[in-house]
Formats: sequence, structure tokens, C-alpha cells
Amino acid sequence: MSDKSTLLQGPLKVINIGLESFARDLDAQGVQTLHVDWTPPAGGDAKLAALLAKLGS
Amino acid sequence: MELIEKANQAALERLLTGDPVLIDVIPAHEAIPALEPGMILHAGPPIEWDRMCGPMKGAIMGIAVLEGWADDLGDAERRARAGDFDFHPNHHFDAVGPMTGMTTVSQPLLVVENKTFGNRAYCAINEGLGKVMRFGGNDAEVLDRLRWLKDSFGPALGRAIRSMGGLPLKPIIARGLSMGDEMHQRNVACSGLTLRALAPALADTADDTAELSRALAFIAGNDQFFLNIAMGLGKAITDPMNGIEGCSIVTAMSRNGTDFGIRVSGTSEQWFTAPVEMPDGLYFPGYSEKDANPDMGDSAIVETIGLGGFAMGASPAVAGFVGAGAASEAGHFTRRMGEITVTENAEWTIPAMDYLGVPTGIDIRLVVETGLAPTINTGIAHREPGIGQVGAGVVRAPMPCFTQALTTFADTLGVS
Amino acid sequence: MSGFVLNIVRRGTYLDSVALMRLSRGIAAMPGVEEAALMMGSPANIEIMTDAGVLSDAGRSAGGGDLVIAIRAESEAKAKGALTEAEAQLDAPSSGDGSGEAWAPRTLRSALTSLPDANLALISVPGDFAVAEARKAIRRGIDAMIFSDNVAIEDEAALKQEARELGRLVMGPDCGTSIIAGTPLAFANQVPRGTTGIVGASGTGIQEVTCLIAQMGGGISHAIGVGGRDLKSEVGGISTLMAIDALASDEGTKDIVLIAKPPGADVTAQVLDRLSAGGKPAIICLMGSEPLQIPDGITQVYTLRDTALAAMGRSDAAMKPPAGLARNGGGILGLFSGGTLCAEAQVVLRDAGQKVRSNAPVAGIAPQSDKTGHLLLDLGDDEYTKGRPHPMIDPGVRDASLIEALGREDLAAILLDVVIGYGAHDDPAGHVAELVDRHRSDAGPAIIASITGTEGDPQRRSSQMARLEAAGLYVAPSNAEAAQWALAALDTG
Repeated sequence: MSDKSTLLQGPLKVINIGLESFARDLDAQGVQTLHVDWTPPAGGDAKLAALLAKLGS
Repeated sequence: MELIEKANQAALERLLTGDPVLIDVIPAHEAIPALEPGMILHAGPPIEWDRMCGPMKGAIMGIAVLEGWADDLGDAERRARAGDFDFHPNHHFDAVGPMTGMTTVSQPLLVVENKTFGNRAYCAINEGLGKVMRFGGNDAEVLDRLRWLKDSFGPALGRAIRSMGGLPLKPIIARGLSMGDEMHQRNVACSGLTLRALAPALADTADDTAELSRALAFIAGNDQFFLNIAMGLGKAITDPMNGIEGCSIVTAMSRNGTDFGIRVSGTSEQWFTAPVEMPDGLYFPGYSEKDANPDMGDSAIVETIGLGGFAMGASPAVAGFVGAGAASEAGHFTRRMGEITVTENAEWTIPAMDYLGVPTGIDIRLVVETGLAPTINTGIAHREPGIGQVGAGVVRAPMPCFTQALTTFADTLGVS
Repeated sequence: MSGFVLNIVRRGTYLDSVALMRLSRGIAAMPGVEEAALMMGSPANIEIMTDAGVLSDAGRSAGGGDLVIAIRAESEAKAKGALTEAEAQLDAPSSGDGSGEAWAPRTLRSALTSLPDANLALISVPGDFAVAEARKAIRRGIDAMIFSDNVAIEDEAALKQEARELGRLVMGPDCGTSIIAGTPLAFANQVPRGTTGIVGASGTGIQEVTCLIAQMGGGISHAIGVGGRDLKSEVGGISTLMAIDALASDEGTKDIVLIAKPPGADVTAQVLDRLSAGGKPAIICLMGSEPLQIPDGITQVYTLRDTALAAMGRSDAAMKPPAGLARNGGGILGLFSGGTLCAEAQVVLRDAGQKVRSNAPVAGIAPQSDKTGHLLLDLGDDEYTKGRPHPMIDPGVRDASLIEALGREDLAAILLDVVIGYGAHDDPAGHVAELVDRHRSDAGPAIIASITGTEGDPQRRSSQMARLEAAGLYVAPSNAEAAQWALAALDTG
């Protein structure tokens, strides 16, 4: 399933995970952007997060 | 893991292809042959008398008097404490019940058959609003109504349904969603649609016009009449999902007023429990959160199939129960629940959300990952037995149920 | 239940019970009000209101289709006030603008249901979580740019190996700058589109080169950041090689620029091979590197300015230093917010035969612990940014060092960079200028700066330059020229 990236053909459609200012900058440039209200997986519980990673959610 | 994705797809296929039909009303001892005198089925995961909340105890005392197992309420309480009754969850007997969820031998039960898989599920008839046993009510008025349900209304309803050849339920839900119901706190449309479907058959099969009139008025006067039917439907279509190896989908969520419990397909019959939370809600005049009993009932089966709090977007008026939320934000609840569910139900859609299907198939992995607990719309019972409903609101399933389930689920796959 | 009870019944008025309960709660909370009920007059509700002691005969007469407003208050006046308020709220028009809070998804998975054709995940969560998020993105067929740092290098390598198998491009971790299809991402500048494609392991390196190309009238097809460690042998240049391939097959790209620190020999060979195989003219700037054996078609340059000139096919001489710079000897202190700008200045001074030391030394430069030599500091280095924002975001990080330096008579020049563009502080020049206005002395060092930015940036390069010049700073057209001007300050006037 190695399909080549077509990113350079644009236009960018961005999912922003983290700093909200990056999403605002992109928004201001008219780039279609969706900001994720991210929180650490499993509320930051490292053991559960590791388990989740293995279970592939 | 691919095993999990495949198992979940298989489970959802079973859930979504279920064909629940209301086929009859019959006494509990016929519906559930294993149900014996002295056995009391209740809502939620297993619980002993000592740990039961006030309304649950009140309901048990009332039902024991109704069944003739105790002379009066005081006698019933003594017997309960002495261990004269056997308590079991409804869920262990193909049944569900709202709030306290009392099920005993003589009660009339709605029968929902899943025509695709041939399994049946049972739920008592909704008693109406006000003082009722599901909220722990147990006075003469409550018991008299239950006797009427058993002796007159239940048999009449059963005759009518049989004469119609059963009432398919999926289309009613689909229409109800487009009419503002979410099938947990709001069943106005579905109750009306059901009455419309049943009325001719009730009239056809009635032998006493006064009783017919009373039966019609009873349904017409109860906006929540359909809730118990929806619950039976929920149980009937979730049961075939049970016990699929590697499946991380929730098959039941349920509360007994003390503990909240969930079951997961891949861990089959096991309950994962945690203390129930207090609903956040609005109260009837004269009552406040001080009077509220913690969350209770098997009714969260409707959230398990994508309705109730998951279908909030269909029912903006209900969104107001969370307190500050604007009706225009009702869709946020549905989208949020989309973050913890695997798919959308293409047959049950929400017109105001561009016909988005209700979020379906709660995946414990997604719940734990996002920290988003399922949102459940619920009635609020008074903490003292015998008083009844004092409000309605929204409650979250406790997260420890899901973290425990995840750990055990991982164990079944040899992952730690 | 001794209070004053007042009821009004609105006949034939239906309102939703939830709306009414919310209204009731507000009215019941008014001072002097003991209980308030707004309910339809159904038998069940009449019973509830009777139990609550709020009904008068008027209320009791209501039917199921009538709305009851029932108040019990400590006095008639309070009851009437509450009733008036309840009626006013009932009659108030709904704002009805649906201006509820906008919904934001909590997970990438859920965001994709709203933006199903997303093609890039821009990730800036804490480093511990960044790889997991990137992995989710590439597994769903989306390329990733990881701004986050503090990612273990083994995790970076594993992520990029998986990405390569999936055909996904991973920019970063620690990728501060990219410009894809004309869109600046994270810390980047508004530059015209053109035909030069850039692959860069350094954020400020990409920024300086793209901005200089823009100043020279050129443009950028894409600038692909790969993260500072991509060319280390542990990672093996996976993203760099993929980015070179992508630019090689991109129709809009005519020549390819690579900006990085010098990689290990094995990785360098692979990168040169890949550039050759791409068949497009290439320019490499491996900051601090010695001259390499270079295949035909590839040009090696040693500064960011020369990189931009080579990309434009030009060889302009550096701008002459302005008159009045000479300070008759002394030292140079560089206070840089951009790591690669600091490195470039080191190269310029080193190649001019100066002894230089730095907290982030390139080849041939002494460590900061050496006692002698010009000192060029990268203030974006970890030792300065632990628990503080990066100086490009908060120029205040530089304040204490700058104030101290302004009073030093043993310094010939202070060398500064001012980086603008998206992500950067909204007025870094103003911040520096204000400080200089307040703390400079006539006998103090010359203050030489350059601005990495363009006219299209939110801060506007020309406005930033005017502000610095008004404060008496010498503003060079590029970072390399600023370093050369600092050399001129060492001259005897």
C-alpha cells in the first residue's frame, strides 16, 4: 500500500495537532485547516497509552 | 491489531443487521423460564442488599409485597435483609429494566425478537410518570397500577401486538430521530407513533371499551412509553454481538444506583464496574441535587446502540439538561460520541446534522485513548425510596470501567 | 411553606419542558424567591407543584395545554418581581444565531471525519506523544510535519522507516519550517512561488535562504524541512532522500537546494547520489563543511547567502559596510535566535581568519569554554530554552545578554539576527530597538543586525528594518553580510 505522497501538488488541507497558533496562521492564509483539541492519550497514563499502542486504536 | 479490527467489523455487522420486532407481551415466568418465585431481577451489575441505594431497596420492598412474598413493606425489608430473595441482574436473563429495573415472575414483559438472529429480549412496561416503582415508589397507588398492568393492560397489549403480527421497531426509531426524539429522555414522537400503530389492533382485540379507553389513555398520557420498548430493542440487537474474540466493542452499559457496569464483547459475560456518578441536571420544583440518587438503570442500553446521549443532535431540547449548553450545541454531543465509536448507523440518521448516522459501536480503546466517557441521558430518582423522579440530566460513564476492561481485554489477547 | 404564592396561567401556551426547567432554575435563584415552577399543567405536573407548595387556585385550574408560572416568595413584592422577570424571559426573543461554541475534534481520527481529504498533519504536541500522533497520520495516508522536539532518535528512525514503506513523507521531528505548495507552515515566511525547491535540516537556514531568494526576485516551489537529525547515520537521511525524490519529480521545481549540517560520510554519499540521479541542478550547503568531492551538476556553497545567490545564478558582491563602523579593535559578540544563522556567522568569521568560540560550534570553531576569541551564541540552544520559550517567540530571552553587552567598551560589535514571519514574535525589531534606545552608550559597540523575513510577512521586513535603523543599528541585507560588517568594525578607522 505504498502510494506516493501527492502533498506537493497541493492545495494543503491541514489537521493541526498541538499549538493552536499554527492553525490560526494557516486559517488567516485561507488554508483549509482543522484544529484538534488534543489531550494526552489515556489522560497521560503511560502504561495505558502503551497498551493502547499495542492494541492499535 | 488486525484481529481487533476484523472482530469489531463482525460485531457491528451483527448489530446493524439486527431486525428487532415487538412481538408480544407475556408474563415474566413464561418469558424467562429460569425465573423462580423469590428471584428479583434488578438493573445494573450484580449487587447485594446491603450495598443497594434507597430507591432500589424501596422498589424491592414494593415488588415483594406485590408478588405476595411479604405482608407489608416492613416485612419485605426484613426478609430482604435476611436473604430470603435472590438478586440477579436483568442482563443475566436476556432482560433489561429502567431505573431500579424490577423484574419478577408475575410481571408482564414486552418481548422483542431479533428476527435476524432469532434471539429475544424482555423489558417491563413503562409505568408512566410521577410516583412509580422504577424510581423506588412502592405505595398503594404504585402497586395498584402494577396490578392493572399485569391483569389488564399487559394482556391487552399482547393480544393487539400478536394480532398485528408484531411491530417492527427500527423504522419507528428512524422516524423518531427525525421528530426530535433521542429515545432516552425524549420518546414523545416514538410513543405517539407506537400508539398510532397499536390503536386499531388494540380496538380490534378489546372486549371492554372502558378498559380499551383506559389502555389508550395510559399510552397517550405517557411520553416515555416507548423507552422500555427501545430498551428491549437495544438488548435484542446487542446480545448477538457478545463473545466475539478480540472484539473491543461495548455490549452493555448499566447501573444499579451504586455501581456502573459495562460488558465488552471480547470479554463476554464479565462486568467491569466502578462507583456510579451523580447526574448533572435540572430538577423539578421543590428538589435539588441534594435530593438526587446516583445514576441508575439498564436504560443506558440505548446509548450502547447509539441513541440517547449519542443521538443528542436529533434532540436539541434535551441538550439543555446539561445546564449551560445552548440547543444549537446539541450536535457537539453527538460528534463527541463519534470520537469513541467505530461507525455510524446509516439507517438511523439525524436530519439537522446533514443526515449523519448516529455514532455506533463504543470501542473501549477509543474511550480510554480520548478520555471521553460515554454521555448518558437519564432521569434522576430521589435518594429516598418511594418518592420517585425529581429531575433529569446527563451523566458520564465512569472511566475506570473502561480502563479495567481494556486491561482485561488486552490479557485475553496475550497483550500486556 | 409559609411564603407568598403567586400564579399566572397562560392558556393554550406550549413550551418545551427542558426550556421551562432552565427558566425555573433561574427564577428560583432570584433573591427572596423560595421556589419557582414554570410547567405545563398536566396532572403529573400539578401534583409536583402541589407538593412543592407553589400552587394557588389559579394554578390548579390549569389544564395540560396551559403553561403555569408559579412563584412562592418571602413577600408579595418579591413574588411579583419574580413573576415579571419570568414573563419577561418567556417573551424575550431567542438570540437564535446558533452561535454556540464551535466544535473541535479531540483526535486525528475524528478530525478526519470532518476533513476527510486532509493531506498533512502538523504536529506540535509534547515530544513524548509526537511520534504516536505522526504514526496515526501516516497509517491513514497523511503526510506529517512534526514541529515537536525531544523525540528519541530511535523513535524517529523507526517512524521514518515505516513512513518510507508507506510512501509517506515525515518532516521532522524538530522541523520548524516548511513551505509546501506556497503555504508557509509553522515558522516560515511569505515568499513568492518560483522554481527553486529546498530540502533543509534547519528551520532558520530554510528561512534565510527562502527570504534571500525572495529579496533577489526569485521564488520557491517548495521548502521541505526534514528535522535536524535526519542526516545522522541512525536515521540515515530517510526524509531527506524522499524529499529530494519528491522535488526531482515535481514539475514546478527546476533546481534543488539542500541545507544541512555536514552528515556522516555514508549518508553524504547517498544524498549526493540521489541528487545526481534526480537530474536537476543542485546546490548543497552543509554548514561548516570542508569542500567535498562533488559530482557534476551539483554546486557546493558554504553560506546561506551564497546558497541563495547560486539558486538565482548570481554572484553579487557583498554590500560594502557603511562608514563609521570601525571601532579600532575589540571583540565581536553574536547573540542569535537562529541556530543556523549563528553557524553561518561562525563560518564567515572563521574563513576570514578570526578566532571564534561558540556554545554551538561548527567545524573549526572553539567551544565557548575557550578563554579567547569572538563569542557567537545560539540562544535557541537547549541551555537557554529550558522552561522558556524560544527566542524567536520571546525575544526577551536575549535581553539580559544584550543589555550587558551594550555597556561593554571591549566589544567592537554586537551581532544580532531578527527573524520574522509566521510563528515568530509580532514585533521583534521593536523589542530590540526599545532596549537599545534605553541602554546604549556612545562609547559602546556597533550593533549590526540582519532581518530574516519578507515584505509579505505579517511583521513586514521594511517596517522592522526602519525600526532598527531609527535606533541606530546597522542593518545588513543578509546574515552573512552582517557578519562581514562585524569584521569591518574590528578595523582601525
